[in-house]
Amino acid sequence: MTTVTTTRPASRPVPVREVADRPPRSDRRAGLLLSTPFLIVYLVFLVGPLLMGIVLSFFNTTTVKDGLGAWVGVSNYTKVVKDSLFWDALWHSVLFTLITTPLLVLLALLAAVLASRIRRGRVFYRLAFFAPYVVPSSVVALIFLWMYTPQVGLLPKLFGAVGLAPPDFLGSTSGGWTAVILMTLWWTFGFNFVLYTAAIQDVPPDVYEAAAIDGASPWQQIRLITVPLLRPTTSLVLILQILASLKVFDQIYLLLGGGPNQSTRPVIEYIYDTGFTSYRGGYGAAATMVYFVLIVAVSAAWYALRRRGVTRAATRTVPTTATLATTPAAPRAGA
Amino acid sequence: MGGAMTRRRLLALGGGLALTGGLSACSSPLASGLTGSQPDAADVIFWNLFTGGDGANMVLMEDAFRTSHPGVSLEATILGWGNPYYTKLALATASGTPPDVGISHLSRLPLLAAAGLLEPVDEVGVTDLGITADRFTPAAWKKATVDGTVYAVPLDTHPFVLFYNVDLARKAGLLDASGDGLKPMARSTDFIDALKAMKDAGASYGAAMSITADPSTAWRYFSMIYSGLAGPVVTDSGTATDIDAPAMEETFAFMQSLTGPGLMPKELNGSGANVLFSTGKAGFLFDGEWQIPSYRLVKGLHFNVVPFPALLGPKPVAYADSHALVVPRNPGRSAARTALAARFIRSVLDHSATWAHGGHVPAWLPIQRSKGFLDQSPQRNYVQAAFNAQYDPVAWYTGAGSDFQNTVGATIIEVLAGRLGPAGAVAAMRADLGRYTTARPPVTMK
Repeated sequence: MTTVTTTRPASRPVPVREVADRPPRSDRRAGLLLSTPFLIVYLVFLVGPLLMGIVLSFFNTTTVKDGLGAWVGVSNYTKVVKDSLFWDALWHSVLFTLITTPLLVLLALLAAVLASRIRRGRVFYRLAFFAPYVVPSSVVALIFLWMYTPQVGLLPKLFGAVGLAPPDFLGSTSGGWTAVILMTLWWTFGFNFVLYTAAIQDVPPDVYEAAAIDGASPWQQIRLITVPLLRPTTSLVLILQILASLKVFDQIYLLLGGGPNQSTRPVIEYIYDTGFTSYRGGYGAAATMVYFVLIVAVSAAWYALRRRGVTRAATRTVPTTATLATTPAAPRAGA
Repeated sequence: MGGAMTRRRLLALGGGLALTGGLSACSSPLASGLTGSQPDAADVIFWNLFTGGDGANMVLMEDAFRTSHPGVSLEATILGWGNPYYTKLALATASGTPPDVGISHLSRLPLLAAAGLLEPVDEVGVTDLGITADRFTPAAWKKATVDGTVYAVPLDTHPFVLFYNVDLARKAGLLDASGDGLKPMARSTDFIDALKAMKDAGASYGAAMSITADPSTAWRYFSMIYSGLAGPVVTDSGTATDIDAPAMEETFAFMQSLTGPGLMPKELNGSGANVLFSTGKAGFLFDGEWQIPSYRLVKGLHFNVVPFPALLGPKPVAYADSHALVVPRNPGRSAARTALAARFIRSVLDHSATWAHGGHVPAWLPIQRSKGFLDQSPQRNYVQAAFNAQYDPVAWYTGAGSDFQNTVGATIIEVLAGRLGPAGAVAAMRADLGRYTTARPPVTMK
């Protein structure tokens, strides 16, 4: 009896520690319950189709007939891998990503910094930079199509007005790429701009105040305070932008139809063309899987790099944050 | 605890009641969605892909059916043009919930028929309503026939035609004595001279067409010229490439003889062609007759439309396609419903003079020869094009807006833009076609 009473108080801290480590069971159940709608949607519309796609990719499935069609083994995959047009299309998606990602990140950062330092009409600039992002791609494509139209469009006319030969924006490969990248920059950079604007607002004004009192020029403030403090945002913007750019489809499809001579056709349009336009569902599914693996690999590589970067930087950033935390105190006391 | 149970039970009971209530009302969309049956929304369910002017004309024809068939309800659904439409039609039919009547391009018919998605029209009972081969444009009826069985009732023929600016043509001396048409053109040289004359009469270009990023138009144009010299580019239901290399080189060389010296722009998209022709900066326009309604709206533009003359080869050829009425296969459709579908088809044919306002040539001869149609100008001018119609070759991958048209059209655009010579283009076409003739077909075709 006595042993029991002595052990009881000793065992008590155990559930208490458990509570500290993990939320109580009722909380966990509530969490699960709250996320159930999402999990159902996730399973039905994401995991389900993905598994279905994997199955389809081994059959000669077609969209015009019920059922899976004949078993073809891995031949859909071998045909996709051997198709030069698939690799061309894949390269177009990668090329688009390589060109647009740095531009969209840098321009958004630049615009966000400028818009935050401006004194008058800040709301106007924020709105102006973000406004294009809310326009649907079909509308943007229509507007730009008119601007690029050979002979009668705004841009060819402008070139003509200053005596320059207008580039063939829609009919040549280089012109097509230029056209689609300019349009994408104008249309999508507002999203990154908003992320950066939000992050800039999170930087305590005291830091700038202190720097200004220490004699830092605006450029030094941007270079030594804003940009380093925005590093987590930059990392997020980068991966979001890479994934978004790799998924490019609508603006190229609407503006150029993947032309001229399929020289701008992104891989998603290749999948759409074979899977839907040519009714070759199984083949399209195989192409999708190849691309899916590629995108997952990019995301995983990015995640791994970031984790390594974070752990390495952690030791280095500690003194920096410490100084940053202490410096505001001094000027405030002085003021 | 007990209270919670009762509440739960009450909710479960309520839900069950609501569900049975929904299921017992068989016509509700929820019930049909749960049981996978076709919603009995109307006596005839009709799917089409017509918007704009064509869409408005189709609504008039649907209303005509409603007026002549009081008590029969008709539900017409308009779906997005092109591939989305065909995907939906195929998937709905494959899953057992098709419409009673649908629209299909005849160029898309071979695959739909081979996939077993369509009822042969004989079995639908349209023959008893007088819908027989002898009362249709022969080329369209033939194209509606797949492997000896007729799977569609052709509604129209919509050929690729020659638009011209009447004022410029008069100035260029191209009009015939009556002033209602063009002077006859015998060969490609006459045609080139006509373009030059248009340019001399003050147009910036002899002719214009949509080239840039418009592979389907490029393919129609090519197909028309090449067909004057040689047979289809693929044979055996699309499993073999059949290229007449000299004919194809000649075709490409002719195309470049127009774009090369600036008689036509090398780069121009649809809206550009529209502007050039509307503003009198191009004498001719190469396009489908379906553009007539949009040019009618242009104030001050006097234009006319005629079939293309023979360009290469002895006889004129018109590249064309047709809209047709099909009855998607549905084992669960009642005989009464099928009979109503057949009557709807007949009614649409009988009102196809309305349809012709969109520029299309009615395939139903009683209307094609009626005053209601023959009073329509310029539509009556190019009826012959329906009889000279050259359709896409039979294959699982051809047809309106197909991936095939995009691929071969892209090569033709390169030729028109002057980036690819005739010999190189033949090799490129061979490679393009090879991709499709060697690919595994989604369905087996005879």
